[in-house]
Amino acid sequence: MARPGFVHDVDRSTPPVLFWRGENFSLEKLPAGRSRVIYPPEPLEAIKDIDGAIRNALVHPHDQDPLPALLFAGMKLTIAFDDVSLPLPKMRRPDIRQRVIEAVLDLVAAAGVDDVHLIAALGLHRRMHEYELRHALGDRIYDAFHPRGMLYQHDAEDYDNLSVIGTTPHGEILEINKRAADSDLVIYVNINSVTMDGGWKSLTTGLASYKCLSYHHTGETLQNTRSLMGDREHSALHTSIWRLGKVLRDHGPKVFQIESTLNTDMFPEPYGFINKREWEWSAKDRATYLGVSKGLSMMPTKMARKMFHNIESPHQMTSVQAGETEAVHKITLEWVHKQQLVSVEGQTDILTLGIPFVSPYNPDGVMNPVLVMCMGLGYLFNMYRNKPLVREGGVIIMTHPTYRDFNPVHHPSYIDFFEQVLPDTTDPVLMGKKWEKQFAEDEWYRHLYRTGNAYHGVHPFYAWYWGAHGQQHAGKVIIVGGDPPTVRRLGFTPASTLDDAFEIASDVVGRTPTISHLHVPSLLVADVQ
Amino acid sequence: MSRLVFSRKPARFAAARLAGTLMPGRGASVGPLSLEADETLTLPAADWVRLRPRMAGICGSDLALVDGTAAAYFDPLVSYPFTPGHEVVGDVDNADGSTRRVVLIPVLSCVTRGISPVCHACEHGHIHLCERVAFGHLEPGLQTGFCADTGGGWSHELVAHPSQLVDVPVDLTDEAAVLVEPTACAVHAAQRYTGDDTVIIGAGTLGLLTLAAITATRDAQRKAPLVVTARYPEQRRMARELGADIVCTTDELPRRVRTATSSLVFGDQLTCGAARVIDCVGSSDSIQQALQVVAPGGEVQVVGMPGNVSLELTSLWHRETAIRGCYAYNRPDFDTAIELVRRCDLGRLVSATYPLADYTDAIAHAAQAGRRGAVKIAFDLRST
Repeated sequence: MARPGFVHDVDRSTPPVLFWRGENFSLEKLPAGRSRVIYPPEPLEAIKDIDGAIRNALVHPHDQDPLPALLFAGMKLTIAFDDVSLPLPKMRRPDIRQRVIEAVLDLVAAAGVDDVHLIAALGLHRRMHEYELRHALGDRIYDAFHPRGMLYQHDAEDYDNLSVIGTTPHGEILEINKRAADSDLVIYVNINSVTMDGGWKSLTTGLASYKCLSYHHTGETLQNTRSLMGDREHSALHTSIWRLGKVLRDHGPKVFQIESTLNTDMFPEPYGFINKREWEWSAKDRATYLGVSKGLSMMPTKMARKMFHNIESPHQMTSVQAGETEAVHKITLEWVHKQQLVSVEGQTDILTLGIPFVSPYNPDGVMNPVLVMCMGLGYLFNMYRNKPLVREGGVIIMTHPTYRDFNPVHHPSYIDFFEQVLPDTTDPVLMGKKWEKQFAEDEWYRHLYRTGNAYHGVHPFYAWYWGAHGQQHAGKVIIVGGDPPTVRRLGFTPASTLDDAFEIASDVVGRTPTISHLHVPSLLVADVQ
Repeated sequence: MSRLVFSRKPARFAAARLAGTLMPGRGASVGPLSLEADETLTLPAADWVRLRPRMAGICGSDLALVDGTAAAYFDPLVSYPFTPGHEVVGDVDNADGSTRRVVLIPVLSCVTRGISPVCHACEHGHIHLCERVAFGHLEPGLQTGFCADTGGGWSHELVAHPSQLVDVPVDLTDEAAVLVEPTACAVHAAQRYTGDDTVIIGAGTLGLLTLAAITATRDAQRKAPLVVTARYPEQRRMARELGADIVCTTDELPRRVRTATSSLVFGDQLTCGAARVIDCVGSSDSIQQALQVVAPGGEVQVVGMPGNVSLELTSLWHRETAIRGCYAYNRPDFDTAIELVRRCDLGRLVSATYPLADYTDAIAHAAQAGRRGAVKIAFDLRST
């Protein structure tokens, strides 16, 4: 039986705690008597017969007819699926998307449906490389559909192939992929790593146009999204998405949503020590940590990055459910909470976060400085329900090398964002008003997004908006081990060591602050009372 | 009283080239430049006068000479031994015993060489394009500061033709006045500014002065951005202060120009680009980058003195771009320069001064000015 999440109060006997530092780690001693480490629940038991569970979900859906009953010869069917922004690290083959879609295609074939298109629901993410599509879908699906033009990636800038479904009472226009809009049935295949995703968000963002996304992907909306990852009832972003979901339900194509959840078994051997609580490390774990850490520190960053991105994680499935979107997502959230929720008593003055090598926006790429901000203040800070782990005006300390390095193929507009926008302002609302349009409509970025493997020109803004609430909430943000000019460009304070960071933080929170450390990796949502 | 003398000593010239390559400015300590006692120069003609320098600047072309990197092109345009220094403010005695404070126009035109009738270029006032530059009654010399007969500013006395003298207004300090000559170069360069997208590569003295010359005259309503590349923090600060719309590093330049001109990219080449690129560096890299960011049909204006450069010119052919030199100035440019120096308080660009005896330190400082947070380094000849 998996042990639940755990809040460990640090005392003198507590060993140093693991912090990610990009493509490496460090072990840090936290002050005894006023620090706590929040560990995620251990991985829930995985479904043993995954294919059986998937088939069962398809024929016993929630608030929806069984999938075979929705299929008929001559129909137009679209299967949309999440891109490789999750799960992270990438899933060991076969990927769940492949298993689910193969099961769906078996039923589709049995029903004699031959007008089937598979669309990667990219939103404004970069187009996937062939090897990524093959990884997510398997060679059989790729080879059967891609050569015939029936497997492709959504293009939020292809206005000839976008269709307006309707408008919300707030004036938000739902504009989605035309093929999906014109289909008799859209099957959406989701993998749910965080509660932010899934539900109406899958289709209304993954297959939406830039114009449609721009209604809710704003600095103001994200400042009022509290929190993005843990508490959708208090999320302005999700409220907007639900309005769009209602338009989709009332005026759009019929949708059959398939969602799956994963346990927190994120790192295979020899990285198993990362998943463990430090005082439970065996001698072998310690030796492995030392070896890996030393090896990484001697390795060029590029090589270390490649090594990490090559990891294929177990990511075992804990649930799969299908049917009507809201009914399905409700069950999904229960499973995610069951795996990720940790009850925590009260807030602290400081929150420490180890920032890993990867975020949803740099699979197989560079964790550039903008993404460091996004990962720290957007993703990890928002892993809370009820209240943030750190009090308002407190200090957030992150550990990451924060090098000034960008992947020019994946993130061309991020480079210009870093060079042109951030020196002008780090205020998400102000930058949205002053700069977003220029980036969003830039012909070159549009070209690279549509034909290459680049994120949309506006994407660095969205990454920055993701951290808007954390940025507003924190009195100071410190990055330990980062390139000082780069860290300053982000509007943060650089520090050489964690002790230096505590010293710097004392200006804001005094000499004896209370500290929470969110143990990363493994995803958890702190339910702060 | 002393002067710096540059002699024809091939071995020392080679040593300077080596030292200057290893550490810019170090050619001064091993090369053919030496501190010698002042000699009274013979006046080349009866109407010439003696000029006592108060201050003399160290220019990029001086540094190229000292470090042995100047092109062989100059060999026939220089006569040895000579005293360098062409950015000069000094005193000249009047016939009545009073003195006038003047800046020197170092260009040696037909008039100064006693050539009559003057050449076509001089006749039309384009003294910088003089067609008799190595002839006449003077030894060859591109300018004062490269001619054995005239002496140069890095001394306590040189000789000058009255046509080379421009009075300095009383309210202008010597520090401001010593910048009039390089400012005149900048004024001359800025005359081709059209108000379209413009890039200035380099924010050393010449880059900053060209920026000042453009911003002082351009239409305030014009929307096309003026982009300046600057390597060091002080240069960036000065560029912003002098009115650059965008200040960036050379690494950032293509991206900045791409954004500003809504360009696409093929390979390293922008499809659009800036209508005009003013290269105030003059190296292979800077000219190549200028070609990378200049618009089709645009112009690269080379203001910084180039030496031997290696360029890939296919884009020049394909995009019908032009590379155009920009050397020195006309007489009226000095009047504009004096006004510009006053209005923009350009004397503040003089970061440090040295006595002549400390010439190796001065030249080392000038060669690393940007890195050391400085702009213009000059010799102060008033007290020694």
